[in-house]
Amino acid sequence: MSAETIEKSVAVKPAEPLLSKRRRKLISDPLIDDNPVTVQVLGICSSLAVTTQMQPTLVMAISVIFVVALSNFAISLMRNTIPARVRIIVQLAVVATLVTIVSEILKAFAYDMYKELSVFIGLIITNCIVMGRLEAFAMGNKPYDSMLDGFGSALGYSWIILTVAFFRELWGSGAVFGIPVFKYVSSLFGPDFNLATNGLMVTPVGAFIILGLIVWVQRTKTGYVEH
Amino acid sequence: MQQSNTYIIVYSAVLTIILGLLLSGSAQVLGPWQQEAIALDKKKQILGAVISAEEIEAMTPEEVNAFYSSRISSTVVDITGKEVTTEGVSAEKVEIAKDYKKAAEERAYPIFIFHAEGKPEQVESYIFPMYGAGLWDAIWGYLALDTDLNTIAGITLAHAAETPGLGARITEGKVQERYVGKKIFDESGALVTVMMQKGENKDYSSEPHKVDGMSGATITGNGVNNMLKAYMGCYEAYIKSKSASKVVAVL
Repeated sequence: MSAETIEKSVAVKPAEPLLSKRRRKLISDPLIDDNPVTVQVLGICSSLAVTTQMQPTLVMAISVIFVVALSNFAISLMRNTIPARVRIIVQLAVVATLVTIVSEILKAFAYDMYKELSVFIGLIITNCIVMGRLEAFAMGNKPYDSMLDGFGSALGYSWIILTVAFFRELWGSGAVFGIPVFKYVSSLFGPDFNLATNGLMVTPVGAFIILGLIVWVQRTKTGYVEH
Repeated sequence: MQQSNTYIIVYSAVLTIILGLLLSGSAQVLGPWQQEAIALDKKKQILGAVISAEEIEAMTPEEVNAFYSSRISSTVVDITGKEVTTEGVSAEKVEIAKDYKKAAEERAYPIFIFHAEGKPEQVESYIFPMYGAGLWDAIWGYLALDTDLNTIAGITLAHAAETPGLGARITEGKVQERYVGKKIFDESGALVTVMMQKGENKDYSSEPHKVDGMSGATITGNGVNNMLKAYMGCYEAYIKSKSASKVVAVL
């Protein structure tokens, strides 16, 4: 016997504004206070893997937003029909379908990105944020709220990986979005001046360091402690 | 509510059908764009062996197609270096990945010839496709030789699933530039190709058959070495016949 997913009763008034205070909170909470990466420590694998450069990271972020928001929406629509005993498989099938569609779209319209990211796009399926939000929220809430929740969580993930990528690309390759910032800055100080890049930043170790620093700064500000 | 087994089975079956339709539908709809993107990517890779990545990057897809059709001609040879003239065989259509599985004698070997600008009769370099195995999955590339059919004019390398940041670096310009100017034949005319070495940041500028390696990606490097050696061996007959005819022409 497996436990049924109990629908949490969220008090929704008949005509709640599209972006009411409660709904705005669904989006804003995961940005800082309940960030999936820095607080819940989910999705670490891909934040280490794709963040060497800004551009692929941006594509990854958009893909994750798309997949999490839509899978939350779809699962929430189906939540009352999903048989409890196979719910994880049903969730996986929906997520896998969405991820495959994302990867097909990239293959058609951004082939270079597809080549660079193909493995990691596929791995969105196993990104804990997706399954986590489906189980924790979409199985028990209305479709629109679930979509906002997924959007918020994915946004929380996105700004973290973009921040990590910014510093990794800047310090590791001396560039931002492929624009060689270090070269321009160096040239201001004369022909012999050369800002050195740090090879460590290109490796996953660099991502760990930046991620650790972000967690440190964030927890100092919010006063969050592990229980 | 505890659902019955029948409900679960029917639910799963219906869900599978719906998702399957969605997937095949999207693949069907996006197919033409994907084919186009793949064909364009192949042309870019071929051109990448003879012109710089920045130049290709700056071109629009239409410019790439135009540049390709005005500057590149192609031919298909077999392992003995003879041209394959069977109807319907063209270098663009040969799928090296599929041919790779056949015995070396049975493969078709496409060759792309890069012509000087505005002078279609003058050859600037010969581009040889190749295919092999890296650490995790397939690697492939295009090697361009100067008109002496010995000096490397350029190389493009690509991979299916090498480790990002390690083996995947074979796609980087910095790594591919190391091959430019190296020789594939030694002084006696024997085929030795170019070997990527273990370790990185060593100076091989005085050695025509060695290039600096990629730290942490020795197995990918070995894969590139094996691929070069195997495929240049297959093209050797063609290369020898071409250089011989050139000597005759000079006399």
